[in-house]
Amino acid sequence: MHPAFRNIFIVFAFGILSIEPVFAAAMGAADARHLLNRAGFGARPADVAGFARLSRTEAVGRLLFGPTVDVPSPPDDLLEYQSPAMLRAQDKEVRKQEQRRRVIGLRAWWLAAMLKAPTPAAQLRERMTLFWHNHFVSSLQKVRSTKLMVEQNQLLRRHALGNFDELLHAVSKDPAMVIYLDSATNRKGSPNENFAREVMELFTLGEGNYSEQDIKEAARAFTGWSIERDTGEYRWRPFAHDNGSKTVLGVSGNLDGDAVLDILLAQPQTAELVVRKLWREFVSATPNEQEIRRIARRYRDANYDTRVALRELLNSQAFWATENRLALIKSPVDWIVGTLNTLEMEAPDSQRLSLALRQLGQDLFAPPNVRGWPGGEAWINSSTLLARKSLAERLLQRDGRTDLREALLDPSYQLK
Amino acid sequence: MKRREFLNCLGGAGLMALTPGLAIAAGSSPYDRLLILIELKGGNDGLNSLVPFSDPDYRALRPQIGIRRDEVLQISERMGFHPSLQTLMPLWQAKELAVLQGVGYPKPNLSHFRSIEIWDTASTSDQYLAQGWLARSFVLSPPPATFAADAVIVGSQDMGPMTGGGRVVALSNPQQFERMARLAEGGGAARGGPLAYIQRVESDIRHAALKLNGLGTDFNFSTEFPQSGFGNTVKTACQVLGSGVDLAVLRLTLSGFDTHQNQPGVHGNLLTQLAKGLTALRSALIELNRWQQTLVLSYAEFGRRPRENQSRGTDHGTANVHFALGGAVRGGLYGESPNLARLDGSGNMGFSVDYRSVYATVLERWWRQESRQTLGGRFAPLGFIA
Repeated sequence: MHPAFRNIFIVFAFGILSIEPVFAAAMGAADARHLLNRAGFGARPADVAGFARLSRTEAVGRLLFGPTVDVPSPPDDLLEYQSPAMLRAQDKEVRKQEQRRRVIGLRAWWLAAMLKAPTPAAQLRERMTLFWHNHFVSSLQKVRSTKLMVEQNQLLRRHALGNFDELLHAVSKDPAMVIYLDSATNRKGSPNENFAREVMELFTLGEGNYSEQDIKEAARAFTGWSIERDTGEYRWRPFAHDNGSKTVLGVSGNLDGDAVLDILLAQPQTAELVVRKLWREFVSATPNEQEIRRIARRYRDANYDTRVALRELLNSQAFWATENRLALIKSPVDWIVGTLNTLEMEAPDSQRLSLALRQLGQDLFAPPNVRGWPGGEAWINSSTLLARKSLAERLLQRDGRTDLREALLDPSYQLK
Repeated sequence: MKRREFLNCLGGAGLMALTPGLAIAAGSSPYDRLLILIELKGGNDGLNSLVPFSDPDYRALRPQIGIRRDEVLQISERMGFHPSLQTLMPLWQAKELAVLQGVGYPKPNLSHFRSIEIWDTASTSDQYLAQGWLARSFVLSPPPATFAADAVIVGSQDMGPMTGGGRVVALSNPQQFERMARLAEGGGAARGGPLAYIQRVESDIRHAALKLNGLGTDFNFSTEFPQSGFGNTVKTACQVLGSGVDLAVLRLTLSGFDTHQNQPGVHGNLLTQLAKGLTALRSALIELNRWQQTLVLSYAEFGRRPRENQSRGTDHGTANVHFALGGAVRGGLYGESPNLARLDGSGNMGFSVDYRSVYATVLERWWRQESRQTLGGRFAPLGFIA
């Protein structure tokens, strides 16, 4: 064969191999359950049946590109913005009770979005929204406003399976974040380093990949990002911005905040940090660094298209490996939403749901600190474990499903 | 296993074990000395608990809610207790009560959630640790397996300083805990990984429930426990001890100290509950013959701001007053009285005692353990334990 033809032949043959086989093996119910439990919350019988007929790669494709629906808007009162001045003017007891009611409504709204997510793709989008909530942490404890928390949540959902580059730029100027990490008080001449530190340590590079000097310089670049206290809207304040020269990770110039974020995104450690966290979320508690570097490279080459990272993770050998089945501890949200979804049970009312989340140890919209919920074994102590078990009993008794008692009380029910 | 059998099991090494020091080590543990933590949740107002009544700055900062000179229970030339702490006076006079002044940490955080996390994990202000300071101690030097649990929590579900290590159970009463523990009868013994971890927590629960209810020797206290929420918490804690089990730590919580408005009535009521509860605790521990072997210690996320606010209350502050009680406690005042003439930018007090020095006293003097590794640095113990 002529050498040129031989090459063409090889390319052609390779192409056929890489095309998805038309009659790929159906993965079966066990694989379908594994994938649905990890990518969504629980596994509804109909979704298991549907996925069982697909090959693994087809199912992953369906998760990443399948149909979703819009999440309904929350009740109007959660979207009323109350400025700090308005809050101060209210009677404290009234304000406290009002806030408690709103917070319960806020948590119930998101839980309903998870419970009612109609397709596996819509479930994955909610899981990724939760993943980003635990990455770009903001908390009601400091932000106070349910409106700003709803808006941040919607922002995270819009970018949940989108582009990390765009998400980082957007969430950094998100009003809840501007309040939570004190950007609003970061001004020329009196810098507040909170956002600069956390964006490097937790959102992008990770500890050890920057210096204290980088933080100082970056904080100056982030000056000017602020909010309008009366409306809660983002506001650029040019007079608070430091126009001097700064040097961050070796790049110098009159950098502004967006320029610094671009410098952070250009570092390989950023993609690795995000992929390592996705690994812990979807695959196992022990990261495989070689695989993480491989997937992170793809992620960065694909301009931080999060679907590319997820496709690689969910199609990886490690994801399907026997030793990684039932190897992750369910979060409280996994437990509650997953149980209701899998058993197709009706959800308890908002107040009970909110209380259950608290007893199991995951107050949505109020992670414990800027690092988020540590997850894994930290979800389980004697209190939270007994809380899971007594919740299981209450749900089963309510629905007369005591035949499932043994399964739900078994230690392995805490795993997914 | 009896001690004699244990020594025999050691065979050749048994000879060495018969040397006095080691023989004692086989039968007793440093954790035989009990620690009872009292969390004053919300941030107790230390400045109105131990009042610098003669300080003109105090009267200027607290024109409405300050405790009047003629009301305080004077304990020194300058300082006196809030009148609601009346029942603690006999303990003070018996030198069984140490009052620790100005307890705090550098770069104080004013958020309830973050500041209690700092206290619970013994971290610096900008350090995030996953494990509580007592959990670290339990992991470094585990209490004996014969103990019902390393720690029992009463009146809260939060693991606090015991987060992330050791055998810790929370209960509101022993009977209900036993009923709940029946839900943890999964059994099994996985080799490792998350399943083994969950099975271990379940087995800790079963072990505690068995010990707590298996002895059937409920102690009949002649102590009268106060009829209050905290009184019940104290009673439950004493019933746990009265069943004859061994524990290293008990943690009790009294909530409601976040007194932003109309503080005087609320705070007086809380301090009454605290003082009466502590007095009952002492009396019950004396009945159990454990008072000499018990250290009671209060803690909270922060103190409150010296200047009262517009609602006759106080906002979040920094350095605070804490109490240490017990038969072996060396009573008196420790640390420096607050300097109200020198407040920081947010109008708060500086500290004179790092809170980790209080922890170092527990670890080094009470339990005879190292503290540097547990606390992430060297903090000098205080003198309230010899």
